[in-house]
Amino acid sequence: MNPVLVATSIAVRIGAKTLLDDVALSLGPGEVVALVGANGAGKSTLLRVLSGDLVPLAGSVRLNGRTLASYGPRALAGHRAVLSQSVSVAFPFTVAEIVRMGAGDGRGRRIDDLVEAALAEVDLGNFDERAITTLSGGEQQRAHFARVLVQLACGEATHGPGVLLLDEPTANLDLRHQLDVIAAAKSRAARGVTVVAILHDLNLAGLLAERIVVLNGGRIDSDGTPDQVITDAMLERVLGVADAVGRVPAEGTPFVLPHAARKLLPGKP
Amino acid sequence: MRVLVPPVLLVVLLLAAAVAATIGAAGIPFGRIAAAFGLAPGNPALVDRDWLVLWSIRLPRIALAIIIGGLLAACGAVMQGLFRNPLADPALVGVSSGAALAAAAMIVVGDRYLSSAGVTLPLEALPLAAFVGALASTMILYRIATREGRTSVAMFLLGGLAIAALANAGLGLLVFLADDRQLRDINFWMLGSLSGATWAKVGAIAPFLVALAFVLPFIARGLDLLVLGEMEAFHAGVSVERLKRTCVVLVAAAAGAAVSVSGVIGFVGLVVPHLLRLLIGPSHRLLLPTAALLGAALLVIADTFARTLAAPAELPIGIVTAVIGAPFFLYLLLRQRALLGP
Repeated sequence: MNPVLVATSIAVRIGAKTLLDDVALSLGPGEVVALVGANGAGKSTLLRVLSGDLVPLAGSVRLNGRTLASYGPRALAGHRAVLSQSVSVAFPFTVAEIVRMGAGDGRGRRIDDLVEAALAEVDLGNFDERAITTLSGGEQQRAHFARVLVQLACGEATHGPGVLLLDEPTANLDLRHQLDVIAAAKSRAARGVTVVAILHDLNLAGLLAERIVVLNGGRIDSDGTPDQVITDAMLERVLGVADAVGRVPAEGTPFVLPHAARKLLPGKP
Repeated sequence: MRVLVPPVLLVVLLLAAAVAATIGAAGIPFGRIAAAFGLAPGNPALVDRDWLVLWSIRLPRIALAIIIGGLLAACGAVMQGLFRNPLADPALVGVSSGAALAAAAMIVVGDRYLSSAGVTLPLEALPLAAFVGALASTMILYRIATREGRTSVAMFLLGGLAIAALANAGLGLLVFLADDRQLRDINFWMLGSLSGATWAKVGAIAPFLVALAFVLPFIARGLDLLVLGEMEAFHAGVSVERLKRTCVVLVAAAAGAAVSVSGVIGFVGLVVPHLLRLLIGPSHRLLLPTAALLGAALLVIADTFARTLAAPAELPIGIVTAVIGAPFFLYLLLRQRALLGP
């Protein structure tokens, strides 16, 4: 199958500091990739390059065979949706208005349904008339995720399944809503949407993605299935954490494993 | 509820304009206004006199108040959206400082050197100078804030402070050089006034309101998305740089035109959008046109006070808008304290 999103030999430098160096990545339709790595490893920079925010110093990104630069902002918005790490809204728009912004100029019954479904999907069904500025950080993030889902759905209606880029989509969320986000991303992937998500929780990364790309110092350290990638050697190399894989915490310490809730997710039992 | 706001504001504006037409040095009750327009029978001697007062003095002044109020309030709403800050106003793009400096220069230098050389300054010289000053300072600011095709809103804000400080220094120098009469002229210009309204002035700035009305629907969606931040607006499909450029050019031209005719009129651009946001929500699709309507109504009312409170003298309208606007603004802020956060 033809790849949807292809990045070739990407380099990004700010001043003397190299943020990304010779990064290459190719993603197929319906593929789900988790980007992991230490703070400052270049994950967000790579996501900004993939989204078209940041023009790399060298290399290029192709979306459906065309370079990102050849798309206008509006055309690009029809093919890919992005959830940023933290969005602060300047004026007290209602949650419904914010989510509807994902539909652009779209109006009508179909958009109303999309907005309602997206709100329900992020468990904000009763928040539609609340001012977003009065919501908690996690609730705001869910509202923005719903907005991104609406944008993705509107793009899908005209151009087919697109690309979903998520920068730490679970950062401020409780476990239940983390799983909701993972479930939403997986169900989009099942329809052919290509998903790239930055995650810090390696357990969640393994739960979401069949493929994990590890960045270290602006270069790709490893790229493969969770089984291949999440190893003691990688954690030692990339995060400086030794002997963390597959160990049960000290006797008597309660711990929560997201894998136990696998039955909440679509797909594999 | 929200959809009722524009028609209600339109009615308020028309009522304010009608009442304003009746009030003045020569009171003209409603019945005689209808007669002057030939809509009702009336005393022929009164009809001619009333018509003269209405057509040559009062109506152009009301029209000027409507246009300038609409321009200032709509520009204020655009600036607040562009800067993502409810405290922004058109002065932030350097319009006021540039216009004030150029106007003062025209008052002092123009008066001193050209008049003494026997050249009489045409009446249009002052507004033209102010308009050129407004555009020039915005263009300088725009060049400072733009690097590699990207305009930094933060640079605009900080650069604007520097430009305003420079313009203020120039203004201070001109005040230092000015004689008593010029000093008074400068001061009154800085406080704003709609006196000396003519149909020619109305005709000169009406196109700016028409242009604004044309462009506003196209920038409303972009300004809504800009509320999420520049990057998020781009993700959602907005040509952010083009939007910023459009807004700056629009505000510089429209607010510059308003300021050049009336002098600096404060508070309209700040209070009107703020009040409307509490009333109809922050969405720019509704905010921009209603701001123009409410700004127009407010300025018609303020100008009616300005020309009658101290009759036969006239109060500068900037005093009236501040006296009405500032306490009302404070009242709104206090009532909405909880929403503003700690």
